[in-house]
Amino acid sequence: LDFNYLTTIIFLPAVGAILIAFIPGLSEKLVKRLAAVFTFVPLALSIYLFTIFDRSASAIQFEEKFSWIPAINAHYHLGVDGLSLPLVILMTFLGFLVVLISWKIDLRPREYFAWLLLLETSILGVFCSLDLLLFFLFWEIEVIPMYFLISIWGTGRREYSAIKYVVYTLFGSAMMLAGILSLYFTTGSLSMVDIAQGGLAMVQSVMPVTAIFFLLLVGFAVKLPVFPLHTWLPDAHTDAPTAVSVVLAGALLKMGGYGMIRLCVSIFPTVAQQYAPLLVAFAVVSVLYGAAVTLRQTDLKRLIAYSSISHMGYVLLGIFALGRVSLTGATLQMFSHGVITGLLFAMAGLVMHNAEERNLGKLGGLVRQMPIIAVIFSVAGLGALGLPTTSGFAAEFLVFVGSFSSTAVAGIQVYTILGVLGIVITAGYILWMLQRVFYGPALKQFDKAKDADILERGYIFAFVAVIMLVGIYPAILTDVIKMGVMPVMGLLGG
Amino acid sequence: MLNFELLIPELTLAGVAIIVVLLDLVVPRKGFLPVVSIAGVVVAAGFTIAMWGGGSQALFNNMLAVDKFALFFKLLFLAIAALVILSSVDYVSKFARFQGEYYALVLLSALGMMLMAATAELISIYIALELTSISLYVLVGFLKDPKSTEASLKYLLLGAVASAVLLFGMALVFGFTGQTQLGEIAGAIQGMSLAGVLDSPGLILGMVLMVAGFGFKIAAIPFHMWVPDVYEGAPTPITAYLSVASKAAGFAIILRVFYSAFGLPSWLSLDWGLVFAVLAAIGMTLGNVIAIPQTNIKRMLGYSSIAQAGYLMVGLAVVGFSPAAEVVGRSSLLFFLASYALTNLGAFTAIIAISNKVGSDLIQDYSGMGKRAPLLALALTLCLISLIGMPPAAGFMAKFYIFSGAVQHDLLWLVIIAVINSVISAYYYLRVVKVMWLGKPASEEKVPSSGALRLALSLSCLGVLLLGVIPGYIMKLAEMAAKMFAF
Repeated sequence: LDFNYLTTIIFLPAVGAILIAFIPGLSEKLVKRLAAVFTFVPLALSIYLFTIFDRSASAIQFEEKFSWIPAINAHYHLGVDGLSLPLVILMTFLGFLVVLISWKIDLRPREYFAWLLLLETSILGVFCSLDLLLFFLFWEIEVIPMYFLISIWGTGRREYSAIKYVVYTLFGSAMMLAGILSLYFTTGSLSMVDIAQGGLAMVQSVMPVTAIFFLLLVGFAVKLPVFPLHTWLPDAHTDAPTAVSVVLAGALLKMGGYGMIRLCVSIFPTVAQQYAPLLVAFAVVSVLYGAAVTLRQTDLKRLIAYSSISHMGYVLLGIFALGRVSLTGATLQMFSHGVITGLLFAMAGLVMHNAEERNLGKLGGLVRQMPIIAVIFSVAGLGALGLPTTSGFAAEFLVFVGSFSSTAVAGIQVYTILGVLGIVITAGYILWMLQRVFYGPALKQFDKAKDADILERGYIFAFVAVIMLVGIYPAILTDVIKMGVMPVMGLLGG
Repeated sequence: MLNFELLIPELTLAGVAIIVVLLDLVVPRKGFLPVVSIAGVVVAAGFTIAMWGGGSQALFNNMLAVDKFALFFKLLFLAIAALVILSSVDYVSKFARFQGEYYALVLLSALGMMLMAATAELISIYIALELTSISLYVLVGFLKDPKSTEASLKYLLLGAVASAVLLFGMALVFGFTGQTQLGEIAGAIQGMSLAGVLDSPGLILGMVLMVAGFGFKIAAIPFHMWVPDVYEGAPTPITAYLSVASKAAGFAIILRVFYSAFGLPSWLSLDWGLVFAVLAAIGMTLGNVIAIPQTNIKRMLGYSSIAQAGYLMVGLAVVGFSPAAEVVGRSSLLFFLASYALTNLGAFTAIIAISNKVGSDLIQDYSGMGKRAPLLALALTLCLISLIGMPPAAGFMAKFYIFSGAVQHDLLWLVIIAVINSVISAYYYLRVVKVMWLGKPASEEKVPSSGALRLALSLSCLGVLLLGVIPGYIMKLAEMAAKMFAF
């Protein structure tokens, strides 16, 4: 058992990136194959970890800990528990599929795949780090690949969107850095595990804990994103290439939700309880505002982007309802949204690529020309609106049941009911979008548009299989997640 | 005591400088000169490393200190000098005359800086400072074109004013304490009562004037006026040299003077700590904001170096705010200087390589460098990311370390200003990155670079990555250096 699984999973993509970038004279085909290999192995390894994960222990598993910078007591400390393992699997799954999704990239493919693989390493690092400095390091590294991916391979106002993304993220992480430094001197430690277990009264206080809580929260809220810090998201999504949208919506946003549970709730349980009503209110605003704005979108990708804001509102609601079920639901919702929205973006990418049109007003009747895409797009859409047998249903159901029955926030029932209204709006915009894209009279200009080819069919069926599997048998994930939620509930005193 | 063996590194460097000048007279192949210079630097570095194991010693009646602090800086200056010489090879080979003098002056100013790091007495501080400055005045004007001459003249005039201010400050401090040796000044101040110091504003005025004089060296606002013009006009390797070595030497001397002479009593150190905190806040904000509209990359890096001096002064503020026994302020400052030196040298080396071919320092002419010279562009990108303070580069660890000290000592307000400044700086650094990777290349022609440049660039980039990913070792060295003060 001396094999360092997590290090291997995290750094294999980076190794692939270095090989792709620096081996001279690689053909385009070989670059893509290398990228596929260096993302498939982490996927296989993470699934293997999932099967041997001990479902009866709430402790951190597959831990690796080495002294890294003795001068500031920082460690190279990795490990996963029930909260992070599903997200690791989500990232490795998306990481492999986005390589397939990007198979048709022909602009500067070497650089493209190198950045894409580096992005995967940094996101995986965030989910596995148990040391605050290491966590922050991976958190920051992610910005650079994203900047290049959006600004070189994007569309539309890509340079503006890319720099907007960078400035928002850096602003958030600047606040987070101040928070992490304060936390470090309040406790004298950089270990998330020690800080959560030891409480905050360990050494000295440099500032009120509430202030540290909010410094960290701002960093995560930018990423999740929470209204009113969300305005980078529609731009970044709309202009990013398809595969990057998939990673962005699928895994990157989850860094925010994960950070909130791992740091804000676990380290500051009393502050979290105190400010939960406020944050739950923000969650409901995000849900309703996001959904309402989505209704008005006319660009296919922008529509899906705005729907993410609404769906991430459910995550925020589940987290700060601070109940066992709601936290489990929030984590499941992160996984489920990752797969469903990943699929939605992949399908939107296919429609845009094959029909060469992204304006909802000009699309229509595509079900004749691309029946497979139409069916799968509809499945993804139904998942997004929470139809039973899809993972979306299981996750949202848990969030709502958990929040409604939570005792941590007074009057949360009202918020929950308001949040459920979001589902109705979601049904509205999803069905309306499907109708505008696929139904109605067939249009002549799309007669030459192709349906999904064999490779595309392969990866979209992989998406659908995961959505259905988790939808029909959610316990496969919730068994793991609840072991991760248990210690958090212990800290919350419930 | 006259333990001359403690001066061997300096004497070696002085000897090599003379040999280089003489060789220039007799050797027709000038390519030989940088080799001799670098060999001299390496030998001097070897002697310095050999002295690391020894304890703190003093020579010439406590005028010079040979402690780990001084040795750390000597090694840093030697490393910088070696990299600067490497990156100068191409540049200098185009000169018709005075190639030997160029290398000799680089070595002599490095000698001055090594002495600056070691001096513990006001008069020898001044002499070391002048040795450094005068060599640099000449080097700045080496191109002898109008811009370079203007830069040199400006640097000379403002530098002379700064020296005069510094001397005046030193005279006041001497007048009120009766001492020139730092340890004895400290003793005299601690012997005074609070009322005694307050009754003699001359001492405080002396300190303020010394801040101003040294502030010129480190390009702290409001003593920064010379920076953009001098950086733009000087030969690019010398700009790199100025931006890192001269600044590091300034910080070394400030650290030694203020920590050793004015470190106690604590109300005094809190006072100058606050002065540095305010200078830091203004410096980084103005430096970053003015850097945004710059179109010349050397000017932009000039303003960026003003901002970086601001981050460094956060470390000085921490030294003022923390108890004398605590090491984090000083060691984080040392670590920041090392990582900043590598980063800026890397950036300038890449600029030298690109400008050699493109013949312009305008940012817009870097368009499409990602296609024309992918490795150069990648190296420059890494250095710019390090200047922003993003991982996995050295700049991130340096900022983390220096800010962690600040948070500990009630300077959270300063840290918040500093991190917001990092976000602002990302805007103009990334603009260069954007132009290089997204812009259309002006021509398809590749940008070749010589072996010496490539060596200098890979060494600095390797250093930037190492300090960013496994900084433990250098941090430990910095900590040891910060602990071992002879005075």
